[in-house]
Amino acid sequence: MIERSGIQATRRGVLVGGSASVALTTLPLGSAEAAPAVEPPKMKVSLQVNGKQATLELDTRTTLLDALREHMHLTGSKKGCDHGQCGACTVMVNGKRINSCLSLAVMHEGDKVTTIEGLGMPGNLHPMQAAFVKHDGFQCGYCTPGQICSAVAVLDEIEAGVPSHASASLTARPQASNAEMRERMSGNICRCGAYSNILEAMHEVAGTDVAGARA
Amino acid sequence: MKPFTYERATTPAEAAAAVVRHPGAKFIAGGTNLLDLMKLEIEAPQHLVDVNTLKLDRIERTPDGGVRIGALVDNTALASDERIRKDYGVLSRAIVAGASGQLRNKATTAGNLLQRTRCPYFYDTNQPCNKRKPGSGCAAIGGYSRQLAVIGVSNACIATYPGDMAIALRVLDAKVETVNAGGQTRTIPMADFHRLPGDTPHIETALAQGELITAVTLPRPIQGTHIYHKVRDRNSYAFALVSIAAVIQRDGRGRVAVGGVAHKPWRVETAEPAMPQGASAVASRLMAGAKPTHDNAFKVPLVERTLAAVMAEAKTA
Ligand SMILES: Cc1cc2nc3c(=O)[nH]c(=O)nc-3n(C[C@H](O)[C@H](O)[C@H](O)COP(=O)(O)OP(=O)(O)OC[C@H]3O[C@@H](n4cnc5c(N)ncnc54)[C@H](O)[C@@H]3O)c2cc1C
Ligand code: SF4
Ligand code: FES
Ligand code: FES
Repeated sequence: MIERSGIQATRRGVLVGGSASVALTTLPLGSAEAAPAVEPPKMKVSLQVNGKQATLELDTRTTLLDALREHMHLTGSKKGCDHGQCGACTVMVNGKRINSCLSLAVMHEGDKVTTIEGLGMPGNLHPMQAAFVKHDGFQCGYCTPGQICSAVAVLDEIEAGVPSHASASLTARPQASNAEMRERMSGNICRCGAYSNILEAMHEVAGTDVAGARA
Repeated sequence: MKPFTYERATTPAEAAAAVVRHPGAKFIAGGTNLLDLMKLEIEAPQHLVDVNTLKLDRIERTPDGGVRIGALVDNTALASDERIRKDYGVLSRAIVAGASGQLRNKATTAGNLLQRTRCPYFYDTNQPCNKRKPGSGCAAIGGYSRQLAVIGVSNACIATYPGDMAIALRVLDAKVETVNAGGQTRTIPMADFHRLPGDTPHIETALAQGELITAVTLPRPIQGTHIYHKVRDRNSYAFALVSIAAVIQRDGRGRVAVGGVAHKPWRVETAEPAMPQGASAVASRLMAGAKPTHDNAFKVPLVERTLAAVMAEAKTA
């Protein structure tokens, strides 16, 4: 953990250094120090993350994703786009998947958050994590925590009868078919293109074949 | 993102009062549009009033046989509601055609209605944009305008309203219920809720500053086949180029609203008597006076073709 945050700090140092040198060419030296006269507003928030209660005092601007990664050091959830477009930051809040990058941490008072670390860890994998390993549902792995959180939630949503754009009928129960799972996973982008293996992993956990029939 | 203070609202009128009290304050619901824009500093509220605590998350029957949808009902819950699926299928269909599963779990009924345009120049703070910065000009006119509006446009702005749900609400004759800081309520028909850009494209709806949406109501169900057909660059997780919400009877009569073509859900009631005569008769009336650009001229025939597909689907349903 200590080692890991050391690496992060180094990376960030490079980024900050890079942008500062750009700033220096355009700004007089003193102006950077004079910048914020008042401290940005902070607030306390208490939430339960992976079964553990946590109370944090955060700049109100902190997203749930940044609170998880930067303040609780749960770096499994990834930041891809930071704009709700890629799904790498997908976590479950009170049992429902959301993009943690488009949600403020202070808006989660009393909520129960489950991240990829909460689904399972090495030696004690969630069935979806094990299925991703078995079916090679990833290459670089960057999108994977979001894919797995989404995949778990998608099977729950199908089970609960939530309709999708791929559902032929609005009144019949949706099946865990290829078409349904692809449509429901479209908010998780994979730059490596592991989609078909992700689908196989999901079928394995759902106990279905490509058509959605129970195996 | 600019710094801001944050509070949780206690009652609807108090929430409205809190926004009026703080200059530059905004409501926040799901946050999926507002935070996106705040990160880019296109929106920079100094104070946020969180309305999630207001218990406006119920769907209930109204005495006249319709439905009242709380402003905070999330898109997934609304699309999944049994009454909506059975009696207002076009609404369920429109919702599940939009955004992603993660976003729909957070997006609220009110927030979805109020989502802002996806005009690329609105998002690019280096470009002039009358909507983002009134009086600065419009980079889209004469720029890349493939996604933008073809009808109801002005010399100030050619942006579209990007949402899906509102197109269905327009065809269903929904109404928007609001409350202000003084506790006064009013009801705004969907037809009057979103505005055309005119000279003031930054004023997008009929809402006053600090006016809170409390619910959206639907009149009693209309029989017929409910269809939402969305044409886009990929088959999922993309905004509409053109979309059509329609409710069509056995004899071919019906109603239709169009998305992706104007600054508001586009419906022309006087075009609807032509429904039994076919798509071309309706589309020519619906799109009369269209002023497309070179880039988006394809949308005008696309409306007719999409409508033809919708009518064919209704026949076989
Ligand atoms: C990648 C991506 C793809 C998307 N694709 C689609 C798509 O294909 N189709 C589609 O329709 N949408 C799409 N969306 C938009 C999405 O549907 C909206 O972001 C969402 O519906 C907004 O709802 P919200 O509750 O999160 O609103 P917020 O972001 O919380 O609020 C939006 C606005 O509404 C105001 N507001 C909220 N509640 C109230 C209230 N009760 N009274 C008055 N004002 C209020 C806020 O002040 C703010 O100005 C997409 C979004 C993203 C990020
Ligand atoms: S079309 Fe409207 S939103 Fe787009 S740049 Fe012009 S003024 Fe701005
Ligand atoms: S980082 Fe949240 S959706 Fe991309
Ligand atoms: S595994 Fe590399 S982005 Fe999906």
